[in-house]
Amino acid sequence: MEAIKRKKRKEKIVEIIFLICASVAVLSVLAITFFVFYNGLAPFVTNSYPLWNFLSGVEWRPDSNLYGIFYMIVGSVFATFGAILIGVPIAILTAVFISEMASSRIGKAIRFAVELLAGIPSVLYGIFGLGIIVPYVLKISPFAQGESLLATIFVLAIMILPTVVSIAETSIAAVPKEYREGSYALGASKVQTIFRVVLPAGRSGIMTGVILGIGRAIGETMAVMLVCGNPIAGIPTSIFSQIRPLTTNIALEMGYASGVHQQLLYSTGVILFIFIMIINFTVNKLVKQKVGS
Amino acid sequence: MSKSFKNVLVALLVGATVMTFAGCSSSGSTTKTAAKVSGEINGGGSTSVQKIIDAAGSEFTALNPDVKFTYSGTGSSDGIKGATAGTYSFGCSSRDLKAEEKGNLTELVFAYDGIALIVNPANKVTNLTKAQLTSIFTGAVTNWSEVGGADAPIVVVSREDGSGTRTAIEELLGFSGKLKADATVKEGNGNVQTTIAGNANAIGYVSLTFVDKTVTAVNVDGVKASVDNVLNKSYALSRPFLAIYDKTKADPATLAFLDFLMSADGQKIVTDEGGITVTK
Repeated sequence: MEAIKRKKRKEKIVEIIFLICASVAVLSVLAITFFVFYNGLAPFVTNSYPLWNFLSGVEWRPDSNLYGIFYMIVGSVFATFGAILIGVPIAILTAVFISEMASSRIGKAIRFAVELLAGIPSVLYGIFGLGIIVPYVLKISPFAQGESLLATIFVLAIMILPTVVSIAETSIAAVPKEYREGSYALGASKVQTIFRVVLPAGRSGIMTGVILGIGRAIGETMAVMLVCGNPIAGIPTSIFSQIRPLTTNIALEMGYASGVHQQLLYSTGVILFIFIMIINFTVNKLVKQKVGS
Repeated sequence: MSKSFKNVLVALLVGATVMTFAGCSSSGSTTKTAAKVSGEINGGGSTSVQKIIDAAGSEFTALNPDVKFTYSGTGSSDGIKGATAGTYSFGCSSRDLKAEEKGNLTELVFAYDGIALIVNPANKVTNLTKAQLTSIFTGAVTNWSEVGGADAPIVVVSREDGSGTRTAIEELLGFSGKLKADATVKEGNGNVQTTIAGNANAIGYVSLTFVDKTVTAVNVDGVKASVDNVLNKSYALSRPFLAIYDKTKADPATLAFLDFLMSADGQKIVTDEGGITVTK
């Protein structure tokens, strides 16, 4: 009897430990949300800076009391969109190659390289971008500097590869063998099978990979900060224009900012937060709809 | 399980022991400082010196645990006023005092700040005047040919807003709030330097200590950017960092702090925080 009781108590304790561990993530997300929103909404609640000017302004000059982030929102969206446009097709085709076409040895080698890519710290992507991509862009750019939307897109496209490849690969591998066999039995070629059967069947997993890729691209800071140029004003009008994404605005100035300036950097964080939530919700819905149909 | 647990314990113990010894040796070397003082030091003034004074202050309170040290970055003019009125134990200024401000204040130069204008080594421009520099940074001049260089666009590289170096150069060249909108902004002296080294048409500014072979420092008004020229005041883009106090009212803790600031340890902090020391 005693032994059973003790065992039960032990179980209970372990369960509590698990619960505590699980709540770390939940509490963190709540704390971060509260902290960012509390500080970020303060300047608009206390009327120390008008919300509309903040959202629609195209100039960020703290010393002249001008805090507009519209051009940063545009920059962030363009950079993310561009990175997805280039990165996702490459990633999906890589995943297809690894799981459907390559011999197991080559597949393993590629998978290893992709995993290694995922482990490289983002500041090194930035240095790579600054040392290789920026000078190259400078050669083809009509402007005199290589820091640009294009350079940012290239760096981000490479950075999202590991996320999208590994998740797409997993979902392609999860497509039942019978689907492929059925397709072959109907006389379809390998390529037809991949594009008509395997990819559609694995689309929900692939979409998940794309969402996470978008999340990574819009939230990336260190690498982008080195290659985007961070101008203090101006909506990007060309792929060679410099941009200042929302993330780098915060990282650049948080160290020195104080007062309203600091609060408005938190506000920038709020906008970033809202963006990421919108992206997650819409694409989640998209996936559900597609799977349902 | 118990065995691996034991291993972890041993490792922890060894680690703790090593750390304790390391702690002893490092604190041992600094005990030679003079008798401990106590009291409250509240300084205030220039924001440019904040990093140096904060670092020196925390080192000083580590040596004198009974001292409470605060420094408020409120601007040079406020520092001078506060030192005169006695609201600050000492004030800091990153500019020379005007004649009417001097009163019976004692001025102590504890560091210098020098800023070098750097260009790519491929650039043939070797000298720029202060007026030319102002035009370049505000965007009035956009081509190197306008200032004696090749026919190529000028790429302006700046530090981020709030950086002490940026504030200093904007004040010294007089373009506060007027930096051209499409200037490339880089975080930190090192990033600016890398950018200039990689772009033949770029110009930027860094603390004097960051100039190396990958970039060329241009002469300003014909004077070479060097520590010597900062010290003999011939280089235009430099300024003194001053501590100011009223000798008749200063308390022992404040005087001890200023002594510490001028000591070898204090001057090392000046170097660590990017300033130029008074004594070479």
